[in-house]
Amino acid sequence: MHELSIANRLVEIALEVAENEGAEAIEGVTVRIGALSCVHNRALAFSFDLVTKDTPLEGAELRIIDVPVKVFCVACDREVELPGIQRFRCPLCDTPSGDIRQGRELEIESIEIRDADKATAEP
Amino acid sequence: MLEPRILEVRTKILKKNDELARSMREQFVDAGVLVVNLVSSPGTGKTTLLRETLSRFVQSGTRVAAIVGDLETDNDAQRLMQSGAPVRQIMTHGCCHLEADMVQEHLQGWTVEDLEFLFIENVGNLVCPTSWDLGESVRAALLSVTEGEDKPLKYPGLFNTSDVAVLTKVDLAEPCEFDREAALKNIQLVRPGMPVFETSAKTGHGVQQWIDHLQQKRSELIASGSVAT
Repeated sequence: MHELSIANRLVEIALEVAENEGAEAIEGVTVRIGALSCVHNRALAFSFDLVTKDTPLEGAELRIIDVPVKVFCVACDREVELPGIQRFRCPLCDTPSGDIRQGRELEIESIEIRDADKATAEP
Repeated sequence: MLEPRILEVRTKILKKNDELARSMREQFVDAGVLVVNLVSSPGTGKTTLLRETLSRFVQSGTRVAAIVGDLETDNDAQRLMQSGAPVRQIMTHGCCHLEADMVQEHLQGWTVEDLEFLFIENVGNLVCPTSWDLGESVRAALLSVTEGEDKPLKYPGLFNTSDVAVLTKVDLAEPCEFDREAALKNIQLVRPGMPVFETSAKTGHGVQQWIDHLQQKRSELIASGSVAT
């Protein structure tokens, strides 16, 4: 259940960014998870809910973008997307390729914040 | 109430670990020490192969050390110490993988420059260690003949991030009806071009080839380090 460790790091970064921006609230976090990252989306969502409790991120929505694997095929001279992660061969010409161009992502893409409303904050 | 706005972050979630691992790797390369991260499921024989590897290195006068991770107990460290090499145990108390800061902490008091090889035996797990860089130069995925030939297909992420595969317990291949060709094919499907070593720590089969490979990797590391400086 390493998703718990990942969720902890994710929350650390999101809180730091939000604080630097002077955000009043964080409404959502969007992450990109590569097919090769060995992260289970439901386990990550479960962990996210757990570790955001009693933080400014509580109730924030976690949006997960699944990133498929792309490899470079020398025979086709182009990047090709793989349908799965069990077969590192070009789906067009069957040439083996270990030249991974995409699919190991474990990134925060963006956070959705609500700025402090200065008009109501000021007396 | 103001409308929410989207803030681009584009940051690696494990950037702290990645940054620490990168600086550790630089330190290891500068010191000429090859760091090997051993990953596999529990019971594959990481400790037995490592004990044999350490023993041979110690006998040949090579300066080696090992750090071993487990959830609980220092049993594996005790077993590895029989080789005569310095060994330290990381007890993760429930954590399913090692992280770079755990390794850094357990290196305290050792002079990295005094070593030629450092082995890190990860927690037995074929999923969770995948995303954590420990500053290693070689990640070795072990697969025993008792586990089945399709392990690489079931756990492609870990095999794909590894540099080398090591088959263990090959002395048991026949009674286990291990399909060697299928296993090798599956490894190449998930990691084309991956070098594979077939070993038995019990009989000694293939252990020297594995050691020769590590010696070769260390020579390459030293060559690359001196080119860079």
